[in-house]
Amino acid sequence: MKWLRSFGHFWWNFVVGDDWLVAALVLLAIGATAALAAADIAAWWLLPAAVPLVLWLSLRRAIRSA
Amino acid sequence: MSTGNAFLVLSSFLACAVEMVEALTIVLAAGLARGWRSSLAGLGAATLVLAVAVAVLGPALTVIPIQALRLVVGALLLVFGLQWLRKAILRASGYKALHDEDEIFARELAEARGAARVERAGVDWYGFTLSFKGVLLEGLEVVFIVLTFGSAQGSIPLAAAGAAIALVLVTGVGVAVRAPLARVPENSLKFAVGVMLTTFGIFWSVEGAGADWPGSDAAILGVLGWVILSSFVLVRLLRRERRAIPRAAEVRA
Repeated sequence: MKWLRSFGHFWWNFVVGDDWLVAALVLLAIGATAALAAADIAAWWLLPAAVPLVLWLSLRRAIRSA
Repeated sequence: MSTGNAFLVLSSFLACAVEMVEALTIVLAAGLARGWRSSLAGLGAATLVLAVAVAVLGPALTVIPIQALRLVVGALLLVFGLQWLRKAILRASGYKALHDEDEIFARELAEARGAARVERAGVDWYGFTLSFKGVLLEGLEVVFIVLTFGSAQGSIPLAAAGAAIALVLVTGVGVAVRAPLARVPENSLKFAVGVMLTTFGIFWSVEGAGADWPGSDAAILGVLGWVILSSFVLVRLLRRERRAIPRAAEVRA
C-alpha cells in the first residue's frame, strides 16, 4: 500500500508538478475546445488564448506563496 | 524534412541535452567521491531500465488511434511543458535562483564524500544508488518526451535520433573535460524546451479535441511565435515587478 502511494505520488509530481491548478485549467480548456469543435464552432484559438492566462495565474500563485 | 519533424528532432535534442548535463554532474560526483566502478555500474543499470521502458512503451503507443493519442499526449505535454516554462520564467525574472551545475556538483561531491562505505556485490552501494537514481530520474523525462513527441508526430525513431545526438555530444564532452558542464547555457535551454513542449502540447491538444488549425501543420510556427511572445511579456512584467520590490522572497517551487 505504501509502495503504491509512493508510486502514485512520484507520477503526480512528475506530470502535474508544483501547481495542480495548471493541470486543472488545461483540462478545462481542452474540454471547452472539444465542446466547441463538436458544435462546429471554430475552437483552435481557445487553447492559445488560455495558456498565457494559466501561466500568469500560476506564476502569481508561486510568487504569493514565496 | 517537414516543419513538424524538424521541431521534433530539435525538441528531443534540447530536452535530452539539458537532462544529460544534469545526469553527468551526478555521475561525475559519484565517480570522483566513491569510485568509478560503482558510478558507472549505476549509470549502466539505469540506462538498461530506461531502454526497457522505451522498448515496452514505444510499440504500445503506436497501436493507439492517432486522434486519441494526440489528445492525451497533447494534454500531458502541455501540463509538463507549462511546468518547465513556469520555472524558466521565474528564473529569468529573478524570482528563482538560476540552475548552477558547479554549485550542485560541489554539494553532491561533499555529500558523497561524507557518506559511510557499504559494499554490495563488489560495488560501493552509495555511489551506485546515487548514480542510478540520478540517471534514472533525469532519463525518465527524456523517455517521456521522446515517446510522447515521437508517437504523436508518428516517428519515435526520429525523436530517439535527436536524443541520441545529445547523448553522444554531452557524454563526449563530459569524458573529455571530466567536470560539470557549467558553461552550457542550461537556463536558456530549459526555457527553449519549455517553449517547445508547450507549443506542441497546444497544437496536438487542439487537434485531438477535434478542432482544425488554420493553415494545418504550418500553424505550429504561429503557435511557437505566440508562446515565445507571451513568455517574454510575462518575464518583462515580472522583472519590472521584482525591481519594484527590493527584498522580494525567492520562489522555491
